[in-house]
Amino acid sequence: MIALSPADSAMRDGDHGEAAALAMRVLIRSAAVMGAPQLIDVSSAHIDGCLYHGQASLDFVDRLVAGQGRVVIPTTLNVGSIDLIHPELFRGDDALRTNGRRLMEAHLALGCESTFTCAPYQLAHRPVLGQQIAWAESNAIVFANSVLGARTNRYGDFLDLCAALTGRAPHCGLHVTENRYATVRIDVSGIAVGQAGRDILYAALGMILGARAGSDIAAIVGLPSDTTEDELKALGASAASSGAVGLFHAVGITPEAPTLEAACGGRAPRTTWQVTPRDLDAVRRTLNTAQAGDPLAAVSVGTPHFSLDEFAALEALLGDESTPLRTDFYVNTSRYILWELEQAGRASALAQAGVQIVTDTCTYITPIMKQTRGLVMTNSGKWAHYAPANIGVEVAYGSLRECVRSAVLGEVWFDAAINH
Amino acid sequence: MLRSTTEYVATTMVAGHGHGPAACIAPLSFWGGYDAATGLIVEQRHPACGQSLAGRVMVMATAKGSSSSSSVLAEAIRNGQAPAAVIMRERDIIVALGCIVASELYAIDVPVVIVDAAAWDAIGQAGDGCVIAVDADSRAARITIDLP
Repeated sequence: MIALSPADSAMRDGDHGEAAALAMRVLIRSAAVMGAPQLIDVSSAHIDGCLYHGQASLDFVDRLVAGQGRVVIPTTLNVGSIDLIHPELFRGDDALRTNGRRLMEAHLALGCESTFTCAPYQLAHRPVLGQQIAWAESNAIVFANSVLGARTNRYGDFLDLCAALTGRAPHCGLHVTENRYATVRIDVSGIAVGQAGRDILYAALGMILGARAGSDIAAIVGLPSDTTEDELKALGASAASSGAVGLFHAVGITPEAPTLEAACGGRAPRTTWQVTPRDLDAVRRTLNTAQAGDPLAAVSVGTPHFSLDEFAALEALLGDESTPLRTDFYVNTSRYILWELEQAGRASALAQAGVQIVTDTCTYITPIMKQTRGLVMTNSGKWAHYAPANIGVEVAYGSLRECVRSAVLGEVWFDAAINH
Repeated sequence: MLRSTTEYVATTMVAGHGHGPAACIAPLSFWGGYDAATGLIVEQRHPACGQSLAGRVMVMATAKGSSSSSSVLAEAIRNGQAPAAVIMRERDIIVALGCIVASELYAIDVPVVIVDAAAWDAIGQAGDGCVIAVDADSRAARITIDLP
């Protein structure tokens, strides 16, 4: 049985309105399934429910709006089905257009912020070490837990919004210190981390982590100390695609892992895996179906949403090219980052170079790309993992540099400096 | 013709009553793997691809994949294209949540229970040829396996 606080009981019984009562009922029933003894306060929510999956998605949010629901903690929104800043990019049917937009707007009516990004950790305010939060979206969850040291379970549809409307979440799993220690050690010191293709190296490491660790927590040893947040973002997003990873530790880099001992809570890891260059090649061969010289339909990067640093890297690579991009080139990002690029005068230069910025959504979950027949190149492990089934493309997988060069040539180009 | 009926206790995850022919399947992600409009498994690499789960008692050890599966399952329940009941080996909040939300929104109760090794083995031996009834209230649950 779950021990409810007086405030929980009052909310369930309707003291704060019908919407909060519905949210509390769903929370309590879910806590029982999860085996949680009680609920705890959470101080931030990230909602993954604004991507349209059918009438039930709308019915749930409409019921909360009709019941006078309001979020009671700062609440950000994940991507929706429509780019509300560039609605003309949408190429799907009218029903999806209408319902997708309605679902996004209904979330705003509940008081959620119009962030529409899968990388809420790139916004101005982000959770801190030890903060209890209720986040959805697999890559955001793993980033918040691992890189920020905030505490969230792997929330998803419905439950995230119930947490936002009540400020409560089931107290179990990764909310609890004891459950955050690593039980497996992954040794990557056998990998040479050069400058070429670092982005896809981290993504490939993530694919291996997810496939091997599943939902176990791993401590990675041997990553270079100059590993960036964007690289950890790529690693985590891939790991959450190939497995049920909610938290990893990178020893000497992430906040709960100053040492291997600290990451493991003073206990010896149950098992150790080595990652070899051959493992990385195997991942690349799995994700990539292209040969050098194959004609290219498009490039898509920014899954998870591109950061300002990643835009700077893209701009530098575009600056190295003497001829314009020959194929469509999509970059997914948040509207906030687009606005920063616009203020700095960088957005128009990118547009002139042939870069199509997509906000509020992502090219692998909604019909936006003009060309989906043929090969699309990406440096995102997550995009490469999901896009073939979602939108029917074939994937050429390469680093950002390889993506840019290939788009200039109009055909797949692989860098000899990266072992393919 | 021989008929046999056996009963097992189970643990309630989501309360409700449901019965139908068993559908014993490998772990499925409803998101990307199930068509909520037709009730068919559509994941190309799934061993039961093309099979309908509508009105069946879904027997699946564990779930897999995206948390968006909750929405797809809730939508399938709304459409009348969902399993009549769910039997699992392990607690799974994603499957349970789809049923909890459908129960709250549409007052359609698709029970979810977990069973121990003995019951699991018995269902496995009976296979898809048996008819299973799941009776789960908030305190106790029972499954009844009917072999034709």
